[in-house]
Amino acid sequence: MIEVRFHGRGGQGAVTSCELMAQAAIAEGKYAQAFPSFGPERRGAPLQAFLRISDEPIRLREKIYEPDIVVVLDTALLSSGNVKDGLKPGGTLVANSSKPVADVRGECGFKGRTAVVDATKIAEEEMGVPITNTTMLGALLKAAAVVELNSLKAPLDARFGKIAAKNLKSLERAFKETQIEE
Amino acid sequence: MGQRVGLEVSLACSEAAKLANVDVIAAYPITPQTHIVEHLSELVADGDLDAEFVPVESEHTAMSACVGSSAAGARTFTSTASQGLALMHEILFIASALRLPIVMAVANRSLSGPISIWNDHSDIMAERDIGWIQYFAENGQEVLDLTLAAFKIAEDKRVLLPVAVNLDGFVLTHVIEPIEMPDQSEVDAYLPSFEPQQKLDIAHPISMGMVGMPEVYTEAKKACLDALEKSYSVIREHWDGFAKQFGRQYKPIESYKTEGADVLFVTMGSLGETCMTAVDEMRAQGLKVGQVRIRMWRPFPADDFMAAIKGAKSLVVMDRALQPGAVSGPVATELKSLLYDKGQSIFVSNFVIGLGGRDVTRADFANMAKKTMEAQSAGKEIACEMWGVKE
Amino acid sequence: MADSGMQSWKSLALGCAMTEPGSSKRFNTGDWRSRRRPVTDREACIKCGRCYILCPDMCYSADPKAEGFYNWDSFYCKGCGICIVECPKDAISWQEEKEEDKYGPACGS
Repeated sequence: MIEVRFHGRGGQGAVTSCELMAQAAIAEGKYAQAFPSFGPERRGAPLQAFLRISDEPIRLREKIYEPDIVVVLDTALLSSGNVKDGLKPGGTLVANSSKPVADVRGECGFKGRTAVVDATKIAEEEMGVPITNTTMLGALLKAAAVVELNSLKAPLDARFGKIAAKNLKSLERAFKETQIEE
Repeated sequence: MGQRVGLEVSLACSEAAKLANVDVIAAYPITPQTHIVEHLSELVADGDLDAEFVPVESEHTAMSACVGSSAAGARTFTSTASQGLALMHEILFIASALRLPIVMAVANRSLSGPISIWNDHSDIMAERDIGWIQYFAENGQEVLDLTLAAFKIAEDKRVLLPVAVNLDGFVLTHVIEPIEMPDQSEVDAYLPSFEPQQKLDIAHPISMGMVGMPEVYTEAKKACLDALEKSYSVIREHWDGFAKQFGRQYKPIESYKTEGADVLFVTMGSLGETCMTAVDEMRAQGLKVGQVRIRMWRPFPADDFMAAIKGAKSLVVMDRALQPGAVSGPVATELKSLLYDKGQSIFVSNFVIGLGGRDVTRADFANMAKKTMEAQSAGKEIACEMWGVKE
Repeated sequence: MADSGMQSWKSLALGCAMTEPGSSKRFNTGDWRSRRRPVTDREACIKCGRCYILCPDMCYSADPKAEGFYNWDSFYCKGCGICIVECPKDAISWQEEKEEDKYGPACGS
């Protein structure tokens, strides 16, 4: 089983990222759980969203305390200190930043495996808006092939309709451009 | 055969009501039930469900409208949580007394105060005596299945009682997980349209909701109690029928790794899934633990429970609500009273856990088992302990 | 209302419903009337209809034989006296009534 924790702000689509991943995994015949940090939500407030994917039925209703992967959608949250809390030794930090990997590591005080992409830039160029939730899924998949990229196509279509294609393009570009350092 | 989809559990609940082709939904939104009723209102507005959606001004009205609707012979559904359920309180007793087969999904949420939107069982525990059939779902699939089955059970002429399907707020309602969606044709084969035994009808007038003089009140209550007790076998029949139609079997009490277990956890609701994983981990370490899950809460399946715990030396009973001023929590009180009647002297520890949305982890289960075994060896009792209180 | 007098719980209607429509017609509220009944003097009556409108048990009904006047019902009249108080011409008054004469012919002119 793999556990992923997403960090974003209310309105940035962190919960949607998890939902799309869960639906992709389920379409592949896997088991998945996607859920937000439960509570009243406000635009702009930092939030977390959670994802579990497994080949076996998931019989766990706990929150995720020790994720295998942490995905940070909003650059500003990197320096807020808590994004790497509980990240398993050997786990990966996947971050949205325009800075090089080394700088991101320094900002977070993190020495482990790190994947970085400038998702904000890609999203603005490909979709015209700095909403990075789908773009960052490209980075996540580059860091860990938890589902096949193609499995995201149907959930993206169902969720975004006419603008699904742009989201997919942004995602695929992020997949290509993500830099990973061990 | 149905389709396997990734769906939010709230929406699975709404889809069950849609598959059941309900006639009337009267509901008021309250976190964490909102997605259930919002989705139903969209289905009705978009013409995907031919039903009347009545947006009422409070939950008291919602249940009142449901009583009227069901009395008029309409298949009726609603959903609520916490304060909303509490606000329905006086009408809930009437729904069962009038023998109305209303189905209600309760997205279990803590009762104020303090104000809490998070999950525990205090809302439904405050409604133990309403005379409804009450059972608990543990995951998204169960939410869909048990909601569908609820209509079949409620409307059976041997039952004619309302049914509350409990699902943990947020922990289930707001999670996306795999759901097998049955085909409409499969559902229609299992659940025919509602044929009321009696209804409010201008052509054949009757009156419901009469005064009951002291000479009749006791007998009236006996009739309802008899129906609730007898519903046990009808519930089993329709759960078995569900298994035949859809391939998923539900039982009043579910057992997990109880063979050879000295210590049994007793859980209700989604907590049970985390417990199963904890049991696996403890068994791997050589601890003889197992688990019993209560699915049917009212009527309480005494014989099934006694059979399930046979051979165990201690029970670790989880309560997700307080029963302030009483000897122990609601579930533990029920079980201890049953055990006493059966002359059983098994050791019972009771922990009130996961109040107001506090997370319950595998480590908690391990520690509760440890504490129980220590207390038992030392001859001490754990009549009721609030777990994890910060001193 | 369910029957007073004990009945087996098994014989009660579902949910204690009252399945006989209009059964309240059998409820003899005239039994509550004691020792007097209202009587209308049709000479004084101006046919305003207030007795008919205000009676809580609908004991006044149009007299088919004398247009504008009202007949009184002894089976339901509880003797509350509202008609007597409300009549603008004091055309209705109390008349002593023996228990055995309670359900004699309805009062006319």
